[in-house]
Amino acid sequence: MQTVLRDVSLSLEAGKSLALTGESGSGKSTLLTLVAGLDAPDSGAIRFQNHDLTQMDDAARADLRRGEIGVIFQQFNLIPSLDVAANIAFHARLAGRADGEWCSELAHHLGLADHLTRYPEQLSGGQQQRVAIARTLAARPKLVLADEPTGNLDEDSSDTVLDLLMSGVRDTGAALLMVTHSLRQAKKLDRRLHLSHGQVSP
Amino acid sequence: MKRAAFSALISHWRKHPIQLVSLLLGLALATALWSGVQAINAEARASYDRAAGILGQDELQRLEPRTGTIPLADYIAIRRAGWLVSPVMDGFINLNGSRVRLIGIDPLTTPPQSAPVDLSGDGDLQSFVRNGLFFAHPDTAAQIPSTLPPVRTTETLTPGIIIADLSTAADLLQTDSFARLILAPEQPINLPPLSDVAPDLLLVAPEEGNDIARLTDSFHLNLTAFGLLSFGVGLFIVHAAIGLAFEQRRPLFRTLRALGLRKSTLLGLLATELFALALIAGTLGVALGYLVAAALLPDVAATLRGLYGAQVSGALTLNPAWWLSGLAIALLGTAVAGAQSLWRTAHLPILAPAQPRAWAIASLKSLKRQALGGAGLIALATLLAIYGSGLTTGFILLGCLLVGAALTLPLFLHFALNLASKFSRTALSDWTLADTRQQVPGLSLALMALLLAMAANIGVGTMVSSFRVTFTGWLDQRLAAQLYVTARDETEAADLANLLDGQVDAILPIRYIEASIESAPGQIYGIIDDVTYRENWPLIAADPDVWDLLAAGEGALINEQLSLRENLAPGDPVTLGRAEFTVLGVYSDYGNPRGEAILSLAQLRAQGAPVQGLNFALRLPEARVNEVTDLLTSAGLPARNIRDQAAIKAFSLDVFERTFTVTGALNALTLGVAALALLTSLLTLSTMRLPQLAPVWAMGLTRAKLARLELLRAVILAALTALIALPVGLALAWVLLAIVNVEAFGWRLPMTLFPRDWIGLFIAALIAAALSAAWPARRLATRPAADLIKVFAHER
Repeated sequence: MQTVLRDVSLSLEAGKSLALTGESGSGKSTLLTLVAGLDAPDSGAIRFQNHDLTQMDDAARADLRRGEIGVIFQQFNLIPSLDVAANIAFHARLAGRADGEWCSELAHHLGLADHLTRYPEQLSGGQQQRVAIARTLAARPKLVLADEPTGNLDEDSSDTVLDLLMSGVRDTGAALLMVTHSLRQAKKLDRRLHLSHGQVSP
Repeated sequence: MKRAAFSALISHWRKHPIQLVSLLLGLALATALWSGVQAINAEARASYDRAAGILGQDELQRLEPRTGTIPLADYIAIRRAGWLVSPVMDGFINLNGSRVRLIGIDPLTTPPQSAPVDLSGDGDLQSFVRNGLFFAHPDTAAQIPSTLPPVRTTETLTPGIIIADLSTAADLLQTDSFARLILAPEQPINLPPLSDVAPDLLLVAPEEGNDIARLTDSFHLNLTAFGLLSFGVGLFIVHAAIGLAFEQRRPLFRTLRALGLRKSTLLGLLATELFALALIAGTLGVALGYLVAAALLPDVAATLRGLYGAQVSGALTLNPAWWLSGLAIALLGTAVAGAQSLWRTAHLPILAPAQPRAWAIASLKSLKRQALGGAGLIALATLLAIYGSGLTTGFILLGCLLVGAALTLPLFLHFALNLASKFSRTALSDWTLADTRQQVPGLSLALMALLLAMAANIGVGTMVSSFRVTFTGWLDQRLAAQLYVTARDETEAADLANLLDGQVDAILPIRYIEASIESAPGQIYGIIDDVTYRENWPLIAADPDVWDLLAAGEGALINEQLSLRENLAPGDPVTLGRAEFTVLGVYSDYGNPRGEAILSLAQLRAQGAPVQGLNFALRLPEARVNEVTDLLTSAGLPARNIRDQAAIKAFSLDVFERTFTVTGALNALTLGVAALALLTSLLTLSTMRLPQLAPVWAMGLTRAKLARLELLRAVILAALTALIALPVGLALAWVLLAIVNVEAFGWRLPMTLFPRDWIGLFIAALIAAALSAAWPARRLATRPAADLIKVFAHER
């Protein structure tokens, strides 16, 4: 078995953003999935608010994700069977925080107002990523985790999407942990950490 | 290069063992059910041929009496006129309580084509003529007591038949007249015409001989239709497995083509691969088919015996032609199921992207196009129902109805789920319904198979249950008497009649003659005028004064089979034997494939033919049944010759139940194959569904909950399929009862509905769907988180 992360320690306050950079295979995405509670580490602790994720079972971690954590993936991972409006509202409705007005506002803000009845396969990559961002922000999570959210987009689209994400996170007061390859984009966040061979450095 | 390419192609199956298993299993099951039914049919037909081949009925002309038997004097007259004929005696003897047919032949005059047994061995002819040697099938030989002449067993004879010398048969049958005379194929010239020499005899052409084969044709057609249905359901699995395997290998095809493999070589390798898989599955299927046939044949033999009086051996013999045809059908099935995939591969551009998901997702447009085709077939079925006639048309109608309904199913499911989503109130139910809708195309083949199996189940179940209700009621009417007595000879019959006079309410003699009815062999019964008939006889149509007219000898009753076959109704003339009668009424006569008529007993006796039957039906108060039984046994009548109403009903119902055992078994097997189709489709799709499930998991649904939703999805789809299966099944039942049964058996049954059975089947379908989804759902529930995380990293 190979150790992916070793002696990693970091913290993130509410309303702040942190960029995690590093080479391919350095463990960035693994760290993100551990923080999201999608997987559990072999040792160590991951604390979110007053909970230690490593002490929670699968169901409790799922509850936490549903209520408090939003994840944005590089591959967008929208739900193909639902239209844009339903995709945006989906996580919020799962969390029991459905707010039609807020969803409309987000759709408008992210330039999706004209695409609400379309399906993901009918959208461009940039549009799909904006839907993914809207879906996450609509649920008003305390922590937003973004795994190379602009990795599949060209430079212009990347900047637009990132700006929209940042402003959305700011509006909701959430903390943002973003994995990125791009140093230029990382600079836009409050803090930066570099991950190399499973260890973090400033 | 070919070897390297082939090994690359087949490596797919190592990575996807479930696909391989579902392909092999689907094809093996399809082949098994088809070849099993074919084996049963072949075995039965071989028995009919053997029966028909006895005395060359299938090859030689023969003379038969219009009624009764041929007197010795007629035979002598024909021989004196120069005609070369061989006399045959034919009758039944009782062996330990069971009736066995005894055929007496004259080995010296029997034409070689019609020799039923081989007497060419040393001393055989002498033993046959002098010692009365019997020839019989081993099953029948085992029944022959040692007090009778010695037996030589032979597999070439049908069970239930004994061949003996004419003199031996004359002694045992206590007759000196003949059942028929076989004409030698070559006759002397300038003979007087047979119509002058034997005006009372019928010259029967050889092709008219095999009555049993003709009568049972419809039964075998029914079995074949079921076999074909099961084969079709199995092919759904094969088509789905081949389609996916080809789709998933598109990148490999592209790579191989880019590396310089010619298209024809690639197609050749793929065809070779399919051929090899078909051979493996076909061999397995034929072996399974043998087991299916061996398991079902005893019941089929019982059915054919009970329904048609046809003797079929309950043991299966292996025939190389059957094995080869089983393999051929497996290859043909694979070719049909794989043709579309091969064609697509043949037209695949080298740079075409692989779209395994696209394979499972069809556009709404294509669903509509498919449903339109289905609607066209249903419309054709409706036209055939209104304007068509004949058994083959009936089965084409059934095919159009079933395939048409199957083709419309995906669009129906799409709209039903769409409608349900309008009432959905939670995100989870929204997603569940939307995702279920998206799964429909991928599961449509399996769901179509489920629809076909369920519709067949409802249709055949309704037919059998309707038949059971009608048959039971009919038995109550027909078996109105409390006791049925069989005398052993005429003297005993007269003695019993005297003994019972005054002891019972009515003595109803059951007498009949063998006669041609509208030029087909049949029986004419004679009855006395009694309130039992007036109150109980099951008349379908009749003149107002039917019983008075019958008692006065002014007409005849005919059974429904004869009425439908000859299109006869009350008031029409009917030819019975040599005389013409007016039809007074039509009665239902289930279980009898032949035409039958009833005259007054006086009229029957006036026909001049030897009256047969030593049976009486006795009407008496229920409380006196034991007393009268004791009276009869104390008078010396064996207890086995006295049967009460309950025993006969139980026997008749037992024959009925066994008749439909095979249908029930094939029904259950078809449903099983459909459940397997659902399981393999769900297993296959489960590996492709992770991209749909992973985001929802990431948003806070546990794998266990997602697994439960997968289970629910399968149950929803099965429930919706069951909803459409109900009307299709009822339409199928109507076609079976109103069209196929009338054509096949000669009677029409009222359709009775059994909602409780539907509920049972509905629950069974839901359980089958839940069980089919249980394995993929469990795999999802226990799947490592890493597998789902890979979806986000796009590492799959």
